[in-house]
Amino acid sequence: MDQQTKDLITNNIDSNDVCLFMKGTPDAPQCGFSMAVSNILKILDVKFVGINVLENESLRQAIKEYSDWPTIPQLYVKKEFVGGCDIIKEMYENGELSKLLESKNIEFKAKN
Amino acid sequence: MAMNLKEIETLIKEALPDASVNIQDLAGDGNHYSATVISSEFSGKSKIEQHKMVYNSLKGKMGNELHALAIKTQEKNGSTN
Repeated sequence: MDQQTKDLITNNIDSNDVCLFMKGTPDAPQCGFSMAVSNILKILDVKFVGINVLENESLRQAIKEYSDWPTIPQLYVKKEFVGGCDIIKEMYENGELSKLLESKNIEFKAKN
Repeated sequence: MAMNLKEIETLIKEALPDASVNIQDLAGDGNHYSATVISSEFSGKSKIEQHKMVYNSLKGKMGNELHALAIKTQEKNGSTN
């Protein structure tokens, strides 16, 4: 991974409390898995930044290496890798995601 | 390049011999699968670690030959399962 790409990743993770590396954008996801995670964050009214890895091939490869995780999307909350689509979906359904956001002092709207 | 269901199951079982593995071909295209993996080796590990163990068992095929594999992991807890 080149230094420029690594800096791009760390800058994004450092400057955004909730940061989603995804295919496409939150408004126009290009993959069902990326859409699922982006929708969960929208439902919870979490302020997040979506980073489109399809716009940057070296970022697309580097993020997999950086997180040691082979798939996209990847969610970071306060610099911590939380997981990919399956884990986020499961955490949303069983309430663990809300707990995590709460413990990290991220504002969100509780699921009723 | 797609992978067949049996191949995925074999790789997971090689890495996690005690696992019960249930794989479904979601779209019928040999390219979008879901796997439920239950193993005692998951106990005490975080979800991220558990999923990584499954990814590792696929020896780099995830994201390459294998386009999509939804993973669900569960701990096998002794006699209750």
